[in-house]
Amino acid sequence: MSAQNTEALGAKAHEEMLKKERRANNVWNKLKRNKTAMIGLVIVLFMVIIAIFAPVITSVDPDEIHPLDTFLTPGQNGHIFGTDEFGRDLFARILYGSRVSIIVAVGGTIVAGIIGILLGLIAGYMGGFVDAVIMRIMDGLLAFPFVLLSIILMTVLGPGVVNVIIAIGVGNVPSFARVVRGEVHIVKNEEYCNAGRVIGVSNIRMLFSHILPNILSPVIVYATLGVAGAIISEAALSFLGLGISTPTSSWGSILRQGKDCLNTAPHVAMISGLFILVTVLGFNLLGDGIRDVLDPKMKK
Amino acid sequence: MLKTILKRILQSIPTLLIVVTVTFVLTRMIPGNPARSVLGPQASPDAIAELEEEMGLNKSKAEQYVDYMFNVLKGDFGKSYVYNKPVTTLIAERIPNTLVITLTSLVIALIIGLAIGVFSALHQYSILDYVFMILALVGVSMPIFWLGMMLVMTFSVNLGWLPALGMGDLSNGLGDFISHMILPCFCLATIPTATFARITRSSMLEVINNDSIKSLRARGIKESVVIWKHALKNALPPIVTVLGLQLAQAFTGAILTESIFSWPGMGTMIVSAIDNRDYQLIQGTVLFIAVVFVVVNLLVDVVYMLINPRVSYESGKGGK
Repeated sequence: MSAQNTEALGAKAHEEMLKKERRANNVWNKLKRNKTAMIGLVIVLFMVIIAIFAPVITSVDPDEIHPLDTFLTPGQNGHIFGTDEFGRDLFARILYGSRVSIIVAVGGTIVAGIIGILLGLIAGYMGGFVDAVIMRIMDGLLAFPFVLLSIILMTVLGPGVVNVIIAIGVGNVPSFARVVRGEVHIVKNEEYCNAGRVIGVSNIRMLFSHILPNILSPVIVYATLGVAGAIISEAALSFLGLGISTPTSSWGSILRQGKDCLNTAPHVAMISGLFILVTVLGFNLLGDGIRDVLDPKMKK
Repeated sequence: MLKTILKRILQSIPTLLIVVTVTFVLTRMIPGNPARSVLGPQASPDAIAELEEEMGLNKSKAEQYVDYMFNVLKGDFGKSYVYNKPVTTLIAERIPNTLVITLTSLVIALIIGLAIGVFSALHQYSILDYVFMILALVGVSMPIFWLGMMLVMTFSVNLGWLPALGMGDLSNGLGDFISHMILPCFCLATIPTATFARITRSSMLEVINNDSIKSLRARGIKESVVIWKHALKNALPPIVTVLGLQLAQAFTGAILTESIFSWPGMGTMIVSAIDNRDYQLIQGTVLFIAVVFVVVNLLVDVVYMLINPRVSYESGKGGK
């Protein structure tokens, strides 16, 4: 009896796994046919690759100062993107800067995602007083313009990579919580959730094994678009002098340096800004594409 | 309807309380002594202690919080010790400057965005539709502080056509003032224009294929009337929602834009208040902007209900 049961359960689990695999393949196939998503994916992958392989792509130290080579224009003396006010190679700085910008953006989105998903799950599932308290706090935080909240947080925390991740993360928590809460409201009354409750599934198991997997689509879309916003936020904070500070370079901090030498070396600001723009565009294209595939009703 | 609006207003009260509390907590967490910041590094300990007492900083945090809440309820946002003026006076001085560029850029964005969105929806999959939508996507991805710098470099530094800094002087004529407004407004209008174009296009596409619009066409009503009067009216609700969001976000944009163009508005005041550790001014301006955000959201919801009576807040709209 027990062996039969185990066999039946094993077959069921195997079928379930195959179903999940088929669904993943289906999403990937649809995504492959979506030109917008593919262009976005290529841009994002390109940026991630240059970030990972920066030391392989260039052997130049991004922080090495050459006082005699300041403000060289792109292409001059073998410097592909030219040099900055200290004679540092801009190509190397942009490559290494991509690491910081992408890590901060993805890190901030993950922090926001984890906290926002937890709060959204609890608020949406528990409802009533708990929901009211959590969502009023989220509404209160949402009332602060994002940059303003990040500016204050950065003033409190001080500059640095980890602090920027925290500031961007905290600023994004309310939006994640609202998205998740809205989805939980829809999903928690589905048949399979009711069935789970009837057979006595615990709240934690219900939330993480049954509800969470079924609300992931909008969360993935929101997270992808959130990374785009986080790249701009990091750049904005660094631009205002509150984000990444020297000697660490990010695209935002390079842009800030570029602002100070806009008349003498416009290429510094121009190139770093272009990298920010193209990367944000890539994440936006990818996010739009994933949304079209996962939620065709939302297709623009 | 009135009951729903009243309920929505009541819902804003706890949000505002949280805004006031978060503002208080965050500003108290900013490192550095505000009294020392005002008096400078050479100040004597006695002078610092005296100013701390005057500012109420020698009281416990709980007492400071209660005082702060009572004062806010009375409309007293405190006094900036850097400017030596009441915060409300400073906000009143600066807010018109910020409103001039934010509202102008939003109006421009709305007009251009609506026109592009309607055109794209009517000419779906045409070359111009693709061009506009690609431009819109680039627009929403644009770091506006970078755009601002590029505008300054091109139109002020290289071409010398437009002034780069400040807001000009009305005594030099309206032309001087307007010429100073062009670059900041262009910068601030970029993201809203792109957003309006995208949302108008998608909303119009849903509407123009409706039976109601087809029947209007079948009745021989002029196409321009069908589109601009009937279809656009039906497509308005999501556009109004986005308008509200953009209005609130315009303040965020203003912080960055004003910093680039040295525009003497709320944005530059906030950044300098943070630099100077001007507690009262930070609290006051942040609170003011957050309250504006809550009120704008409230107004948007009311307008949304008026133009779309199907929406009921009893059952909860969206995530709310």
